[in-house]
Amino acid sequence: MSIVALAADGSSFETPGVADFWQPLIGDGAWAVTRASIVALLSVAIISWALLAGTKKLAVVPSKKQAATEALYGLVREGLGRDVIGSKEFLRFMPLIFTLFTMVLLNNLFSVIPVIYFPTMSRVAFPAVLAIVVFFVYHYIGMQKHGVIGYFKSLVPSGLPIALVPYIFVLELITDVFTRPVTLALRLFGNMFAGHLLLVLFVSGGQYMIAHGAIGIKIAGGGSILMGFVMTLFEILVQVLQAYIFALLAAIYIAGALADEH
Amino acid sequence: MTGNIAILGYGLSAIGPGIGVGLVFAAYINGVARQPEARGMLQPIAFLGFALAEALAIFGLALAFVFRK
Repeated sequence: MSIVALAADGSSFETPGVADFWQPLIGDGAWAVTRASIVALLSVAIISWALLAGTKKLAVVPSKKQAATEALYGLVREGLGRDVIGSKEFLRFMPLIFTLFTMVLLNNLFSVIPVIYFPTMSRVAFPAVLAIVVFFVYHYIGMQKHGVIGYFKSLVPSGLPIALVPYIFVLELITDVFTRPVTLALRLFGNMFAGHLLLVLFVSGGQYMIAHGAIGIKIAGGGSILMGFVMTLFEILVQVLQAYIFALLAAIYIAGALADEH
Repeated sequence: MTGNIAILGYGLSAIGPGIGVGLVFAAYINGVARQPEARGMLQPIAFLGFALAEALAIFGLALAFVFRK
């Protein structure tokens, strides 16, 4: 391909890969302070500040900031809380679901926000921790509601032939204990990682083609950078969608654990 | 030509979810076209189906990078 042809003049193009997402700033190894952790801390600071500022002087006739905060909260509360978990019990899970939604949303958007340009969730540890939190919450509230034995009993739908019960039980147990948390974490990670990799590839590849190529390749490089802009718009859609899906799935798992039968 | 066959595995693993996601949204569009007031009810279901179908492709992507060495 053209990249191979370009490599003839000495400097070769390095395709971006997994290693580009490991960016330790202070220290090294497991305890290093990485770019991802700084961005995550920044997101916590921004969300806390925005929500505190938006709810400081609450009034019946809301200020602009209050109206915006309430609109965002109302969206999550009605669309994800009441509709999915049900009007009886959704209120006590709203702090968790709203936190998950805002946290994931802002961290995803950091991928395209200038200066920061780093999606925290492209390091698998961050979505894994969020998924572990959701995992413990839905098992805990399920056991709290049905009792430990009752919770495991409720995994199997009633009315099955007795010979099928062990198979269905094992299948449901694998779904609940393994598949759900793993897919929850990997879905977010995969989308953010692949999306950001794509943007980096388009822009860095285009830049390399413009810098080192002949005239035809330079034009193709310009097209590649233009494509990077188009993909950025698409990525914003994916980022918002993934934040919504993460919070939606957390709500669905909680609703499933609370339901009388799965 | 150099490279890793695990990346081809990702390409293969993306076929099924691609079709699946298409089917999910086709059904969603059909539903909304027939009954526009059901949009609010169908939307979470559509996105749930989308997320579950997409998970397989994401597994493929993750494994493609895991088995690269």
